[in-house]
Amino acid sequence: MRRSLLFIPGNNPAMLQNSDVFGSDAVIYDLEDAVSVTEKDAARVLVSQFLATTDNMPMEIVVRINGLDTDYYLKDIEAVVSDKIDTIMLPKAQVEDLNKLDKLLSAVEKQKKIKKHIGVLPIIELTASVLQINEIVRCPRVNGVLLGAEDLSSDLEVARTRQGNEILLPRMQIAYACAAHKIDAIDTPFTDTNDMDALKEDCKFVCNLGMNAKAAIHPNQIPTINSVFVPSDKLINWALRVEEAARRAAEKGLGVFSLDGKMVDKPVIMRAEKILEKARKYHLTDEEGGSL
Amino acid sequence: MKRAIAGSLESNDVLITVKESDSLNITVKSIVYDFFHREIEKVIRDTLAELGVDKIDVTCEDKGALDYTIKARLTVAVQRMEEQQ
Repeated sequence: MRRSLLFIPGNNPAMLQNSDVFGSDAVIYDLEDAVSVTEKDAARVLVSQFLATTDNMPMEIVVRINGLDTDYYLKDIEAVVSDKIDTIMLPKAQVEDLNKLDKLLSAVEKQKKIKKHIGVLPIIELTASVLQINEIVRCPRVNGVLLGAEDLSSDLEVARTRQGNEILLPRMQIAYACAAHKIDAIDTPFTDTNDMDALKEDCKFVCNLGMNAKAAIHPNQIPTINSVFVPSDKLINWALRVEEAARRAAEKGLGVFSLDGKMVDKPVIMRAEKILEKARKYHLTDEEGGSL
Repeated sequence: MKRAIAGSLESNDVLITVKESDSLNITVKSIVYDFFHREIEKVIRDTLAELGVDKIDVTCEDKGALDYTIKARLTVAVQRMEEQQ
């Protein structure tokens, strides 16, 4: 369960060593687009050495490797896969790539005697990948899906717009596929790092579509993203009342009951439980689990 | 003569220049030279030992890099020099 994932350029020591202070739920150390072709080796070694110095980072550690259509990905995997990372992000992911990556990671995990099972976050940035989303979410290790709108628009040969009509279909497909498999649907970064109002509107829009997190390309985007991808106080209070009413109903042996004149049954109770799970994870309730 | 560089002169980074040599020579220039030049030189010596290199010219222009950055940049500089024909 994530709200925000912050891209950190892999060849920038100042950003790497401060990456735990920005408040994102995950950081993505980037060996791909943020690194020039001539610096791929330097970024790979820098991230690897940085990871070796880290201990108990307070957020999920993701590394974006180069695509499986490049000459770099094998060296990336060899350098960065360790107990220090949680997830590998795969650009331009397709089903065939994800199956190949699973086998590679299994081999490296065994060779390095890594205790954890490293997850995979595919980026949907090819039109072919959009058509495979239902299969991609079922691939081994996949624990979320990120929409990469810039490359996807380029592949579709359409312009990116602020309104985002050109990416409405993949956003909805990702939201549904991820919800069905209970993994994170992560929206594309908002590229204007100075317009917080527009970022907030974009977050609210995709949140209402069913996406539950957003990638960020600048630390100043994190507070806005984190504030949107959590339940509102009003929703938390409603969920708490449903939880309490459900507990009383269960004591009476009732599966269906009424709250504020509206029927409450299992789907409503499950929605309330999901709201409270997220609220409690992000400490939006008091110590007893009630609303702050 | 083979020569290679890695890193940058950005804050928190270090620019490492390595050259083929028949002896070991280390030059450190740092914005924190007075406080840390011995520690920086130790990181360089330890990294070279790990890499199995005992004869090389290393020039380190440090802009406040932490040890892992010095180690990473030196490792890449040596790799780049060795990859040259």
